[in-house]
Amino acid sequence: MIRPSRLSRRRLLAAMASAAASPALPQGFAGLGTDADGFALPERGRRLVFPKDHGPHPAFRIEWWYLTANLTTEDGREGGIQWTLFRAALAPLGPDGPAAGWHSEQVWLGHAGLTLPGRHSYGERFARGGVGQAGVVVAPFEAWIDEWHLRQHAEVLGAGHDALDRVEVRAAGPAFAYDLSLRAEGPLVMQGDEGYSVKSPAGQASHYYSQPFYRVAGTLDLPGERITVTGQGWLDREWSSQPLAETQDGWDWVSLHLDSGEKMMGFRLRDRAGPPFTSATHIAPDGDETPYSDGALALTPLETARVAGRDVPVRWRAVLSDQGIDVTLSALEPESWMGTATPYWEGPVRIEGSHGGRGYLEMTGYTAEAG
Amino acid sequence: MTRAALSALLSHWRRRPGQLFTLLLGLALATALWSAVQAINAEARASYDRAAGSLGLQRYDRLVAANGVLATEDFVALRRAGWRVSPVLEGRAILGEAGPPVSVVGIDVLSAPPGVLPTALAAEGGDLTDFLGEPGAAFATPELVQRFQGVAGLPELRASAAVPPGQILTDIGVAERLLDRAGEVSHLVVLPDQPFGQAPLAEVAPGMIREPGTEEGEVARLTRSFHLNLTAFGFLSFGVGLFIVHGAIGLAFEQRRGTIRTLRALGMRTGRLVWLLLAEILVLALAAGLLGIGLGYAIAAALLPDVAATLRGLYGAAVPGVLSFDPVWALAGLAMALAGALVAAFQAVFRVVRMPLLASARPRAWALVSTRALRGQAAGGVLLLALGLTIPVIADGLIAGFALLTGLLLGAALMLPLVLSMLLTWGSARSRTPLAEWFWADTRQQLPGLSLALMALLLALAANVGVGTMVGSFRLTFTGWLDQRLAADLYVSAADEAEAAAIVRFAEGEGLGLLPRASVDLPLAGAPGTLEGLVDHPVYRANWPLLLRASQAWDRVMSGQAVLINEQLALREGLALGDTLALGPGWALPIAGVYSDYGNPQGQAIVALDVLGQRFPEVRPRSFGLVSGGEAEGDRLRARLLAETGIASGAVIDLAQVKEISLSVFERTFAITGALNVLTLGVAGIAILTALATLAAMRLPQLAPIWALGQTRRALARLELLRSLLLAALTFAAALPVGLAVAWALLAVVNVEAFGWRLPMHVFPASWAALLGLALLAALVAALFPARRLGRTPPAEFLKVFANER
Repeated sequence: MIRPSRLSRRRLLAAMASAAASPALPQGFAGLGTDADGFALPERGRRLVFPKDHGPHPAFRIEWWYLTANLTTEDGREGGIQWTLFRAALAPLGPDGPAAGWHSEQVWLGHAGLTLPGRHSYGERFARGGVGQAGVVVAPFEAWIDEWHLRQHAEVLGAGHDALDRVEVRAAGPAFAYDLSLRAEGPLVMQGDEGYSVKSPAGQASHYYSQPFYRVAGTLDLPGERITVTGQGWLDREWSSQPLAETQDGWDWVSLHLDSGEKMMGFRLRDRAGPPFTSATHIAPDGDETPYSDGALALTPLETARVAGRDVPVRWRAVLSDQGIDVTLSALEPESWMGTATPYWEGPVRIEGSHGGRGYLEMTGYTAEAG
Repeated sequence: MTRAALSALLSHWRRRPGQLFTLLLGLALATALWSAVQAINAEARASYDRAAGSLGLQRYDRLVAANGVLATEDFVALRRAGWRVSPVLEGRAILGEAGPPVSVVGIDVLSAPPGVLPTALAAEGGDLTDFLGEPGAAFATPELVQRFQGVAGLPELRASAAVPPGQILTDIGVAERLLDRAGEVSHLVVLPDQPFGQAPLAEVAPGMIREPGTEEGEVARLTRSFHLNLTAFGFLSFGVGLFIVHGAIGLAFEQRRGTIRTLRALGMRTGRLVWLLLAEILVLALAAGLLGIGLGYAIAAALLPDVAATLRGLYGAAVPGVLSFDPVWALAGLAMALAGALVAAFQAVFRVVRMPLLASARPRAWALVSTRALRGQAAGGVLLLALGLTIPVIADGLIAGFALLTGLLLGAALMLPLVLSMLLTWGSARSRTPLAEWFWADTRQQLPGLSLALMALLLALAANVGVGTMVGSFRLTFTGWLDQRLAADLYVSAADEAEAAAIVRFAEGEGLGLLPRASVDLPLAGAPGTLEGLVDHPVYRANWPLLLRASQAWDRVMSGQAVLINEQLALREGLALGDTLALGPGWALPIAGVYSDYGNPQGQAIVALDVLGQRFPEVRPRSFGLVSGGEAEGDRLRARLLAETGIASGAVIDLAQVKEISLSVFERTFAITGALNVLTLGVAGIAILTALATLAAMRLPQLAPIWALGQTRRALARLELLRSLLLAALTFAAALPVGLAVAWALLAVVNVEAFGWRLPMHVFPASWAALLGLALLAALVAALFPARRLGRTPPAEFLKVFANER
């Protein structure tokens, strides 16, 4: 039986998720563009300012703080964690800014996942803005929902350091918890055109930047077990206002840590009405980014697995010829299913081919009906 | 063979349609009363489940503040400490100008446990956005949506059958506004899935108390005794009905002895015969059961509005006044009809099995019972009585109370035939004329045949006396109590601080006595309760109905040194004067008095208002009594108050209204008992009628000699009427003490268990007289038809008795 409240949440989340991936319609002249519903729109050429832009942008419909980490346990097992805080505005901001108390138009959603070979656990939290149950503040930086947090480390860093250079992250679900500290070993990376990331041939876009250079150390807590881990982390920050186009079913997104020290971000938006739209960013070991527009990256499913009643690709070929990258991505744990209100697949992958390495794969919009 | 046997057996009913009618009627009535009660209970239970299911929150543990009040910050602090909790804000509010207050329940959809929202939110295209924002959306029954149509300032109301009547389910943000309680939280629901490795509650929220969730809701728990009461009545009615069925089936078997013997002689096996008889009973029971369910539904539909009003008035339980058909109780009713018929037929079938093949088919006096058998039955009655009296001594609770009632009623009923037989022997010994002697002896001879019907009458009469005495005693006590306790002329509830201030100003300006009252919900001795704050006013000292009081009780309470508690709490917890009651962390007071508090299912305690204010600074008086000092009329005072303060008219009620409301709640509470009582008496009347009617046919051989000796048919018929009246009167005489014992059991045992109050017993001889009249009338009416038939029996029939010695 479908529980009505879950249905409603699903609807809410669907609205959030679709708003997310998605890219604004042609717009953005003077930077004061709003969409038909009154939400702010991303503008090309707007320089992102830190630490201010680490904080929330409540005038936009959707925003996220999205951390993934590929981890290795002391005994050599590979795994990963995900920590995500979504913000969604149910209505445009009023003239006085965000509403206080229970009437806040801001809704927050937390997802946490933990993957080890043969095991995948996840947790989900909902919260309303306005009462303090969830939110993001800039100084000192903290993003939180309930007891989950991603926050600036207490350690005082000198000038020239970003607020996100030293962070600690915590989340817990019914059968897991993790506590990790992260130290950035490279600069923030602007995706797309200086942080303006185009998402469709029609020119829809979001503001998008990343911190892909985290060194990670910490512990995973499982029932009866505490595991020390180390690894690499990747934080994505993105905000936008436009929903997916009618014909767009979902997306496949990867973040890759190559053994060469290079990083790569790529995604593919599947479109029922035409070829998928792809986009990629190549990041040199020193942080120099090279954005690639539609068509440069080829993401091809090689093998599917039956997961939660649907066929989900768990082996991929990713080719970015311009950088000589031609790799296969294999899911570490094919059952990395996030059975959250809006379900999706998210888990660590192993990289083989022209380059070795590890990364994270996210796939949305694979419905059981479509099988 | 089977077919021939069946047709032979069934031809009996064709020849005696009256008997068939009796059987069907008895079983149908028994089933009807039983299923009516079941239907009402099922409807109420369904609405409790809806209440529990739509919110579903009772199931979960909850956190309450030791000091009574929680804030939104407490919710956030717990969430941030890793506790998955969800806030609930609930209260009552008067919305708009008209009508009684409604209960407003505010939840936070995002943190609430799954399944708490009505499907309507999803089904009707509603978006979470509507629910969360302003003015917000809310769910209520279609009636309530109708009632608030066009009322300004309300959230958008959506009809949903899943929300209990009288309740508005909405977002906590909207509830804050409707209840004018911004930033408050009534309690926190603890979700079942808590995160791994969380800190213990004692560490993160030392000031909170965790109360375990219950499978059944608070309301279901409170009303359980009420429904048990109804069920007991249903059983009583069913039992009385079974007497009829037993009689009718027994008679039919006796009259078919000849047929059965013939069938057996023709080679039919006993087993098959028994099966045929059982099949016949099952078919009859099925037909009667269906009829009974239809009747029961009608009765339930007629009674439900009163029951709903009772439950609302007494327990605040919202039950719709409209009955919906639920196949479950219908099937249960049918099963009861079948089981009842089988029980009633058991003896008869058993006799067929044991009947020797060539036994004489001569019809014996049906159910001829020897004095020894009467004694045996009476001994059983004594045993039952003793058992009933013993159980409350060794066990507690409502069930023990009902065991006592059952023992009393059934025991007395079983003893009745012997008692009547002894009375008749006594009468016979004192008779002067042969005719009188014959009358007494003949009456005694008929006793076995009539005993079942008379036992049914005794049950009905005793229950009537008992319940009537209980209700009457309660009414006397209750009205006296109302007069005492309702001392103010007007009762006003303020919606907010400003209104409260306006009321105070008005009272001062008019020179009126002001009785402000504040209350806070908090656990008392481990169960939900309320703590009330009262001011020191002579009106209370003079009128407040204290059942027990220590010396200087009011002085000590008003100086904050003692507390008064209601009778429910005292009885439930076994508290006596001088015992200490804990009211919160580090706050316990000795009990200086116990007051009666009829109509309140929960425990309550009273302290001085300023003491309450010191402990709970955020709790302000919102309810005020205005005492005019005698000369001003309620109406005029009320009009001035409304004009000067601008308070909604629904928020002001005068003394007369309060009394009227309270008494109407009271009357409705017992409307159902009264109705069932009358119906049970009716069933007993029918039992007598059927018994007399069936006896009449068999009595010809006994009457013929008297006729032959010169008594006219008319005189014989008169004697028959007289006999019926005599038996009814004697039965009434036997029922009266039983009824008074039942009343005592109801007042001293059942009421205490069910409601938590003990009542003094008053007796009402006038209503006994009325009941005697009713019993005589029933007996007269029941005897009229057989007597008339006797009066018109052709003399040839009497002659046949001699010509045709069977």
